[in-house]
Amino acid sequence: MRERRATVDVSFDGVEYEAYADESVMDASRRLGIGIPSLCYLEGLSVWGGCRMCVVQIAEDHRLRPACATPVAPDMEIHTDTPQLRAHRKAITELLFAEGNHVCAVCVVNGNCELQDVAVDTGMDHVRFDYQSPQREIDASHPKYIFDPNRCIVCTRCVRVCHEIEGAHVWDVAYRGSEAVLVTGMNQPWGTVDSCTWCGKCVAVCPTGALAYQGRAVGEMQHQTDIVIRLAMARNKGEWIDPAELEEMR
Amino acid sequence: MAAPIDLHEVAEREHEARSRYPWRIKACASTACLSAGATGTVQSLEQTIETNDLALDAVVIPTGCMGLCSRGPLVRVMRRGGDETMYQAVNEEVAVDIVKKHIKKHEFVETNLLDTSIPFFAAQERIVLANGGVIDPDRIEGYVAHGGYLALQKVLTEMTPEAVVQEVTASGIRGRGGAGYPAGSKWSLLAKAPGEQKYVVANGDEGDPGAYMDRTVMEDDPHRLIEGIAIAAYATGASKAFIYVRAEYPRAVERLDRAIRVARRNRLLGRKILETDFNLDVEVRIGAGAFVCGEETALLASIEGLRGVPQLRPPYPTEKGLWGSPTMINNVETLANIPAIVTKGADWFASIGTPKSTGTKVFALAGDLVNIGLIEVPMGTTLRTIVEDIGGGIPDGKAFKAAQTGGPSGGCIPAEFLDTPVDYDSLRQLGSIMGSGGLIVMDDDVSMPEVAKFFMDFSMDESCGKCTPCRAGTVQIHGLLERITAGQGSWTDLRHLEQLCATVRDTSLCGLGQSAPNPVLSTIQYFGDEYESLLVESGLEVVDA
Repeated sequence: MRERRATVDVSFDGVEYEAYADESVMDASRRLGIGIPSLCYLEGLSVWGGCRMCVVQIAEDHRLRPACATPVAPDMEIHTDTPQLRAHRKAITELLFAEGNHVCAVCVVNGNCELQDVAVDTGMDHVRFDYQSPQREIDASHPKYIFDPNRCIVCTRCVRVCHEIEGAHVWDVAYRGSEAVLVTGMNQPWGTVDSCTWCGKCVAVCPTGALAYQGRAVGEMQHQTDIVIRLAMARNKGEWIDPAELEEMR
Repeated sequence: MAAPIDLHEVAEREHEARSRYPWRIKACASTACLSAGATGTVQSLEQTIETNDLALDAVVIPTGCMGLCSRGPLVRVMRRGGDETMYQAVNEEVAVDIVKKHIKKHEFVETNLLDTSIPFFAAQERIVLANGGVIDPDRIEGYVAHGGYLALQKVLTEMTPEAVVQEVTASGIRGRGGAGYPAGSKWSLLAKAPGEQKYVVANGDEGDPGAYMDRTVMEDDPHRLIEGIAIAAYATGASKAFIYVRAEYPRAVERLDRAIRVARRNRLLGRKILETDFNLDVEVRIGAGAFVCGEETALLASIEGLRGVPQLRPPYPTEKGLWGSPTMINNVETLANIPAIVTKGADWFASIGTPKSTGTKVFALAGDLVNIGLIEVPMGTTLRTIVEDIGGGIPDGKAFKAAQTGGPSGGCIPAEFLDTPVDYDSLRQLGSIMGSGGLIVMDDDVSMPEVAKFFMDFSMDESCGKCTPCRAGTVQIHGLLERITAGQGSWTDLRHLEQLCATVRDTSLCGLGQSAPNPVLSTIQYFGDEYESLLVESGLEVVDA
């Protein structure tokens, strides 16, 4: 008989729940239907902890923690929705909008965008900070996909999914700070990178309009994050997926 | 295999060789003096000795840093069995004079005398820098003659690893990299960590502007660091160590490489160290110019050959570090304190400094001071002593305005807190940090918003880009400071600045981002009127965003 997974008692915003002892605060919150906004986190991929949207407060601890990288602990008091957290999340969202060119009205993923959803969730109604309006070159050299680094938030989902699930490692981050940018191959046009298998997982998981199918117009692009999560989770568990199931998800 | 070094014999031979010359001239050949022309000084001293037939009377020994860098090149003339004279600003002509007058005629070169009874020298207590200005960094014999490697011999032959960890814990020494985590606790974590392979890493990625404490230890007393590393490895069960040095310190890399080779040849490193069962390999790894690689998890990534970005903690490096094995990262200055703690005992060390911050701290004094250089003082020395006595006060009759500690992660401390004892906890209470030891003093001509902008420019440039608040937040903070210092900022800008600083501080991933707002927040706290005087009335009512 399989051993029962150990559980611990935790509380989210004053309400008590049971969580699995080996899961993160993020995984517990997702399972329990508690909305903690996040952008870089994706089930089944390694944890990056870079976007900082998912910061939570543990009891009275003044040091905030990312839910994605914090394991639950017995009797943990997790606060996900304090005025301080709301202010920080809104500020981080504004920072993301100000550093790139996130103009929803002309974006392929308008209406299907995780960044846009986060902006709605955090109640962002305007941006306090100066728009940086970057002029990074768009890479349209791939026959099937297009990459607009001006819409990229450096969440590295594409890097991780390509390395960890597809095993191709086409993507990586180059340069640092505000100049950090995603590159393909050895920083060469995507279309000339031989290691790319055209699998499209990077495009499927992109939380913004940075990665899209060629030829999509405003609002036409749909990411298929759920398929990649299904693949990744099955892979982690060593489980076989019926191709028909994937076909249905498509 | 070569026989291990006989420490007592080497020390004895070295003492004998030293007393052969009636005069010994120690010339500082550390980086600051070299940039002031010390190479010419040493050559000139040697040539003049040669041409005046004094080769049997005097010997020139190039040494490490003597401390008072702004008066270099520095030279100490020592007479056998007796008095010693210090000279400042010794250029090639003065060097000739020193030999011709001091050595030959026993007359001082009055114009360049440096009084060693001034507080700059008298108020210091040198443990880490004890050999600065004393030994030739390239010769292991010099280090051994001053008690070097006796501590390693002692732990290997007389102490269990547990006893060493206990000694370090009892000494109360805290991490000299800036955060002040108790070193003993870290050592004990690594010692208890399960695993065959463990690593010790010396963090020599010193990056704060104006700071050169660790560089001086690595360049001028490399064997002290190596001995400290060996003791740490023995105490914690590590068999491999790395010294991570920033690429901007080529001389440190060269000296450490040579010191490691020499130590290995003398069976102080490698297999069966000093004929015991203890094995240790030490390797130098060179950074690639990123400030963030001084952050421990980014440093580990860099050693592994990966992109130098901070990783999430937990797991902490003592659980899962280099290539997944337990790893302990200690600052260079922390490790350089270890031989003295072992030799003289934890009680001796704990008696120096304050109860919660024991021992000494090395500071690089810079900025608007009469005396600029490298100092080592007991923890708890007041800022006033450092600035007014050791530093000699502010030049040109100007007034003290602020002291900046901790570099881009620290804050500015105003005159009203000059009597604060310099220790980890007092500085943190003032909104600054101890940091690795950079101490920049500013006179009343300095504009504090400009200072904040300077440090934010640094942090913005050095952010790795992994997390949003640091990557995008430092850019916006810098932009707001530019607007304010240009006299175009509004009250709204100032409010946004404070809000943004809070977000970057509270939500950034690593210490770089979390502490990047400190220079801004501390200057707003203590010099808020300077910001306000730069603001323009926007004519708009201030409302909450």
